Amino acid sequence: MTKLIVAAIGPASSVQDGGRHGAQRYGLTTSGAMDRLALAAANTLVGNAPFAASIEIGPFGAAFTAKDGPVRVALSGASRSADIAGQQLAMDSSMTIADGETLSLGFAKGGAFSYLAIEGGIAGEQTFGSLAVNARAGLGSPYPRPLQAGDEFHTKPPNGDDERRIERPPIAPGPIRVVLGPQDDEFSDDAIALFLDSEWKISPTSDRMGYRLDGPVIKHLHGHNIVSDGTVDGSIQVPGNGAPIVLMPDRGTTGGYPKISTVISADLGRLAQTPAGTGFRFKAVSIKEAQDEAKNFAKLLRSLPDRLRAIDKIELNIDALHSANVAGSAVSAMDVNTWNVPAGALMRD
Amino acid sequence: MVAAPSPPRLLLSGDCAITVEFAKTIDDAANQRVLALDRALAEAPVEGVAETVPTYRSLLVHYDPLRIEFEALGAELLARAQQPPSPIETARHWRIPVTYGGENGIDLEDVANALNTTPDDIVARHVAGHYHVAMIGFSPGWSYLSGLEKFLTMPRRTNPRLTTPPGTISIGGIQTGIQCVAAPSGWHLLGRTAVRTYQLHRDPIFLLKPGDRVTFVAVDAKTFVEQDRAAEAGAIVAELVGQ
Repeated sequence: MTKLIVAAIGPASSVQDGGRHGAQRYGLTTSGAMDRLALAAANTLVGNAPFAASIEIGPFGAAFTAKDGPVRVALSGASRSADIAGQQLAMDSSMTIADGETLSLGFAKGGAFSYLAIEGGIAGEQTFGSLAVNARAGLGSPYPRPLQAGDEFHTKPPNGDDERRIERPPIAPGPIRVVLGPQDDEFSDDAIALFLDSEWKISPTSDRMGYRLDGPVIKHLHGHNIVSDGTVDGSIQVPGNGAPIVLMPDRGTTGGYPKISTVISADLGRLAQTPAGTGFRFKAVSIKEAQDEAKNFAKLLRSLPDRLRAIDKIELNIDALHSANVAGSAVSAMDVNTWNVPAGALMRD
Repeated sequence: MVAAPSPPRLLLSGDCAITVEFAKTIDDAANQRVLALDRALAEAPVEGVAETVPTYRSLLVHYDPLRIEFEALGAELLARAQQPPSPIETARHWRIPVTYGGENGIDLEDVANALNTTPDDIVARHVAGHYHVAMIGFSPGWSYLSGLEKFLTMPRRTNPRLTTPPGTISIGGIQTGIQCVAAPSGWHLLGRTAVRTYQLHRDPIFLLKPGDRVTFVAVDAKTFVEQDRAAEAGAIVAELVGQ
């Protein structure tokens, strides 16, 4: 049987999909891809369902080898160099790894997470409808943990030999939009203004549970203890030290710190891909605007199949050349030593 | 005629969730209203609601804004929260074995000292309690119980531990809890149970539900080890003493 073998991989890399829904009432968080648009783009390139399980690759390099036959994969998300046997390949395209050859991927540039989708998907045993890795709960399939060198994925033979690229939808830059609440009344107007008017940077001590923010200290009106209530992806909680934390898909399902605001669903992937140390701002929007943006985002996801383009060898090489030039200005997104921070530092209870 | 209960507050949790807040504090009456609204949504689902998360004082309602918008769902939730709750199905009652103190409950002596009593008295008081599952959250199967005797109220530790063992039975504030997987915690560790409130490949995967009644029974460390082995193999270990 044909396999894709993980030849090398850094931390913070795991199988992720659209997430595990329906068991948050039992304390089981959703997990799932940090950047769902990129997950969907990679899957669309190889004909998979948009939120099928694929390999979420953290900020560091990785290598994958095809064994006992060719394997077609596609790469999207944070930009990085990609080559097979010395041949440079472009982001946002499919590629076939011949039997015995290795796809080598460099560090993420201008982002944190890339997605490698495998044609035919990933075989595994679903729990609550998902293969997504949740290491704390011991869930995820085929491996209930971050990936390690030597891990294998069973694959199907490629369907034909046409490669494709996808015109990634333009993502407007600009502030990360939030809806104030649910506990904005635990903060003074001045504290909320400081939160909205300041420049923030994502701390290198961030992970799939939460992104810590470096910036001014946000003070509470009545202290930092509230009786725990439910959290969502994008909840921005402010613990005792006044440094906000944006909760990400591996969050605790409940939390006992006041939540000043929530990142809108359409902007969460963009925040997830903001490199540590890069300055950004928040902007408060109405619930109406947030829900309109959720609809636009859904439309954008639905448009992905229409954005597929056939590629031939010449076009591939032009793209590859462009990609290789970009690679010259590479900056690592996050520091390797910071990606195994004890989760307890992020949470209380 | 009984006055209608005061309406809950609707709080925005982004564009895909509403927090229906019944109280700001830990309050049994509020928790009953949370669980009643949760039941009402389970019995007659609202189109577009994806899942709900009951907590001590609020119900978090996750929904799909493409199928129902904030205004419409908020109005529906307020209307339902004002309706008299449907009759509660008789709560299940679980008896959970706990080995207290020693290496399994490293804070028992400190708690006794802080409360000017003996470890045996702490255990006797904790075992005498009648609790119910107010919420399950934070990490898989972590069950927050209400009904802790006031005497056992302790502020959380100033320095939370980065990890505490699976099966930990602890107290924090006016709550006691059953923890399932190893997790960070700022609570005081009284003991451990072999009961897995969450276990993959077991039916049911999650043992306890919000609203279930719980009492504890003290067992010795040797029994804990035996029960732990049985639980690892899939035994439930907790005793269902009543429906």
